Amino acid sequence: MNKLCPDLVAAVADIPDGATVMIGGFGGSGAPVELLHALIDRFRATGHPARLTIVNNNAGNGGIGIAAMIRAGMVAKVICSFPRSSNAEAFNEKYLAGEIELELVPQGTLAERIRAAGAGIPAFYTPTSYGTELAEGKPAEEFDGRMYVRERWLKADFALIKGQQGDTVGNLTYRMAARNFNPLMAMAADRTIAQVSRLGEPGCIDPQQVITPGIFVDTIVEVPEPQQEEVLVRMGVVY
Amino acid sequence: MSGFNIMEDKLSNAQIAWRAAQDIGDGSYVNLGIGFPEMIARFQPEGRNVTYHTENGVLGFGKAPAEGDEDWDLINAGKKAITLKPGASFFHHADSFAMVRGGHLDLAVLGAYQVAQNGDLANWRVGSKSVPAVGGAMDLVHGAKRVAVVTDHVTRDGAPKLVESCTFPLTGLGCVTRVYSSLAVVDIVDGKFVLREKLPQIPMDALQAVTGARLHSEGQVGDLIVPADI
Repeated sequence: MNKLCPDLVAAVADIPDGATVMIGGFGGSGAPVELLHALIDRFRATGHPARLTIVNNNAGNGGIGIAAMIRAGMVAKVICSFPRSSNAEAFNEKYLAGEIELELVPQGTLAERIRAAGAGIPAFYTPTSYGTELAEGKPAEEFDGRMYVRERWLKADFALIKGQQGDTVGNLTYRMAARNFNPLMAMAADRTIAQVSRLGEPGCIDPQQVITPGIFVDTIVEVPEPQQEEVLVRMGVVY
Repeated sequence: MSGFNIMEDKLSNAQIAWRAAQDIGDGSYVNLGIGFPEMIARFQPEGRNVTYHTENGVLGFGKAPAEGDEDWDLINAGKKAITLKPGASFFHHADSFAMVRGGHLDLAVLGAYQVAQNGDLANWRVGSKSVPAVGGAMDLVHGAKRVAVVTDHVTRDGAPKLVESCTFPLTGLGCVTRVYSSLAVVDIVDGKFVLREKLPQIPMDALQAVTGARLHSEGQVGDLIVPADI
């Protein structure tokens, strides 16, 4: 079983119009920038994939990555916790013009909804958001004298994630705080596509150091010396 | 009146942060909210070992690195570069919020637009015009053993921020346990504001006049004294 994909173009070739795509990363760390840019290249060349629903903690920064996807016009909806970042003009303009849909989810609930999907748990109860406008319309129940809100799992058709070391059976490690949502999203999508900085044969990662076991990864592509989102945003790069 | 001017004689944000830092015990696990609460770490008393948690999956981080030494894969929830202390660890987002909701943190400190006498907190949005963004605020108010707020006692316009009930959209119900304000330290006990300390210069009636709900006292009210040079 070899999950190795030769290049970025092939890695993202199967994502269709209207797909729900989870994208790893938090702020400027952990985003699979090269996979996202390959997807934008495909959209510019073919008009597909369009009308995507994006799941990420944020809604893009600066002019690269998710922000560039939004500017390109390929995103219909964003599910995130914090779209109002300092360089989030791409999303803000579309949102205030009514051209993009937003589902706002508290950060811990977003993480747990994704984890639940990956774990086969259709719903769970959390104290988060009880009594607030973000809980409106959701069932609530009392447990041991406290009120909790029922939240549903959040699944995706595809997950685009970034690891540090990978092997051809899909085992992954992550670099420092670039881990964030990546291991959760790897579990929650029908098809998980990972870019890694270093790719090796099975055995190149000590089994005790594996963070995401290969069962959660379908496609893996090597991107040596990947670009770092925060660095690109600070340089003012526009893709 | 005593000549106390609440806009000029109140504590600075740094002084509020200093006061909040005095209550963080040795060995605590603490999450400091983005912005003003982050300042508390600067005033951690000598000899106390405090482990700081950040939502994006780091426990045991230290000061910001020198300019030019940033590693942008090593950031906090405010997207600022951080450094690690010996004993630090990384984990994914679901584990990070398990630490929050699961009751593993000793203290979470947040900012506030309004705090109500029953402990309700409003701190994530004030109106419907801008892009809404909640981040981890609604999670952080649940689970920590203590949930504290650092805030000015009144808004820029002089309106009370400690109120009978919040008028801004809520972040959480009945979650705040203590408020460190620019004029006082107030606990929330059984749906009431209980005054623990106040600036010695401000008369009780003047403090009550800028507080939107009744301040109760249980025994003696202490003097809120902080170093003048911070």
